[in-house]
Amino acid sequence: MIRVEKVHKSFGTLDVLKGVSIDVDKGEAVVLIGPSGSGKSTLLQCINGLEPIQRGRIEVDGTDVFAPQTDLNVLRRRIGIVFQQYNVFPHLTALGNVTLALRKVLGKGRAEAEAVAMRQLERVGLGDKSHCHPGTLSGGQQQRLAIARALAMEPGYMLLDEITSALDPELVGEVLTVLRDLRADGMTMLIVTHEMDFARDVADRLAFFDDGLIVEAGPPAELFDSPKTERLQLFLRRLTQQRT
Amino acid sequence: MTVLMTLAACAIGTLLGVLAGLAKVALGPTLRAPLDAATDALRSVPLLVQLTLLYAGLGILGLPLNPFTAGAIGLSLYAAAYIGEIVRGGILAVPITLRKAARGLGLTRRQEYVHVVLPVGLISALPAWIGVLVGVVKDSAIAAVIGYIELLRTAQIIITRTQEPVIVLLAAGVFYFVICYPVSQLGARLEARFKL
Amino acid sequence: MKYDLRFWVVWEAAPDLLRGAQVTLLIAVATMVGGLVLAFPLAIARRRDHGLLRSGAAAWVEAARNTPCLFQIYAFYFGLGAFGIFLDAWAATSLALLFNNAGYTAEILRGGLAAVSPNQMKAARSLGLTERHAYLAVIVPQVLRIVYYPLTNQFIWSLLNSSLGAIVGLTDLSGVAMVYQSSTFRTFEFFLVIGAIYFLMAKGVLGLARVSAWRLFRY
Repeated sequence: MIRVEKVHKSFGTLDVLKGVSIDVDKGEAVVLIGPSGSGKSTLLQCINGLEPIQRGRIEVDGTDVFAPQTDLNVLRRRIGIVFQQYNVFPHLTALGNVTLALRKVLGKGRAEAEAVAMRQLERVGLGDKSHCHPGTLSGGQQQRLAIARALAMEPGYMLLDEITSALDPELVGEVLTVLRDLRADGMTMLIVTHEMDFARDVADRLAFFDDGLIVEAGPPAELFDSPKTERLQLFLRRLTQQRT
Repeated sequence: MTVLMTLAACAIGTLLGVLAGLAKVALGPTLRAPLDAATDALRSVPLLVQLTLLYAGLGILGLPLNPFTAGAIGLSLYAAAYIGEIVRGGILAVPITLRKAARGLGLTRRQEYVHVVLPVGLISALPAWIGVLVGVVKDSAIAAVIGYIELLRTAQIIITRTQEPVIVLLAAGVFYFVICYPVSQLGARLEARFKL
Repeated sequence: MKYDLRFWVVWEAAPDLLRGAQVTLLIAVATMVGGLVLAFPLAIARRRDHGLLRSGAAAWVEAARNTPCLFQIYAFYFGLGAFGIFLDAWAATSLALLFNNAGYTAEILRGGLAAVSPNQMKAARSLGLTERHAYLAVIVPQVLRIVYYPLTNQFIWSLLNSSLGAIVGLTDLSGVAMVYQSSTFRTFEFFLVIGAIYFLMAKGVLGLARVSAWRLFRY
């Protein structure tokens, strides 16, 4: 499981996380929602060690992420992360993107790596695009490529950081479908999203972030239908205003 | 002496360069061709060779100009070639969205060019233009070779006489550096300012 | 015009001119390759936030870019003489161009490194790649594509600037022409011809670069 204990993080003088605690059990799908800048994305990048924390503790399967003796490279094989800006490697083909880590990190041979890669590409619906460069792919396709790339490492946990926020509306659906399939396969996921319908469907637990703290947490039905705190009520009201 | 030549070259080079750049954007392909060829030649041949040719050519034509003028002309042409390309690039790089906005507001084609394309284009070319000017300052040293007494040559003469090359060279080096460094820093700062 | 052009004099000097062109190319290639090798550590040092390495690299790069190339050649040819090191024209020009190329190339590389989004590094590290692997497999290939044409231009520039070595006696293309013009007084003819040769060399390099780019980078 992923255990986040009273984590504080700041960028210079700006405090972004002000004592966040949350656990993600194996097989759970936890969704983080909240206004922009509330610290959700930052938390994700702290979990796999990309961003340092000032106080608190983050544990993945019992390993302290920020202990000096922890080998982050090894840890990151167990955690898959997908970013808002896809960050696919433009100079490699789709297949190349997926096989890179398989070969360099897991040490697989070329044939084996390509076989695994093709399986993942087909899983996300990009089987016929394996020899294309990302520049020729749409945003949705690039994001699905990023997902396949992370999945190929067979991680125990997937961190998904607003992965549909940079996409045109008509491309969001195809990515969410992949996520739903992933969920159906039982992947443990920590998701940051603005897609509320998706959150309601997929989440086992929801956590509402505001200004660096988790203000409210619980099953989605509870948070959406009977929000307890005023801040969550305000947030949900603003969302519905947007829709009409 | 050198300073005057450098300044003259900068001024004339800029004038010619801007005209050339504008011409390249405005003219049709057949008229542009000789201009492009000249620019190409000026940028693909060493300055040393160009200056020597100029001096020798002028001698053939029977007009042996003094080294100051010859150097100024040579440097001006050299600079103009680069500035022409920079101006052309700057003007062409004005985003089409900006121009559509101008026309959308009702500006005529002429107004669009005078009030939007040219100002934006020329300003975006400013950092690169400063870079060329720095280059002219440095290349003035080459102009010395064709017989003009200037700082470095003076240094050379002094070297053979005083046998203290290091101090003289150091002085010359510091001189060039003190001029070029702040100017190129200015250029870099301008570039950061105008990043779209 | 009382002057009559005599190009056949140039034709007679052809073998020596070609040998000079060889020298020019050799120096240009050697100093470019050497400059590139030196530029990598320089560029990386400059990207640090502070320290002796950063200041040292900055000093080198700024000195190379803000002083005339001719001056740099003089510094190696005459300047070192004061310390008892007497380099011949060949060595002085090569070292000066090396110094110069390293400085300019370092700036090009620095720009290239900065142009690759740090997100690429994030993605690579997130997959578990070590820093070294991430640089080699993800960052460097992208940097190479970005810096390819600037580097090509730098090479052409150093090719043309090698002519300055002739001033201190180097027998490159310009040097040979200078020697001949001082004996035949056919300055115009000689320099017109070598001007054309330089032009062709520059265009040749550019063409070669374009063809290679097309084959190396397919996207």
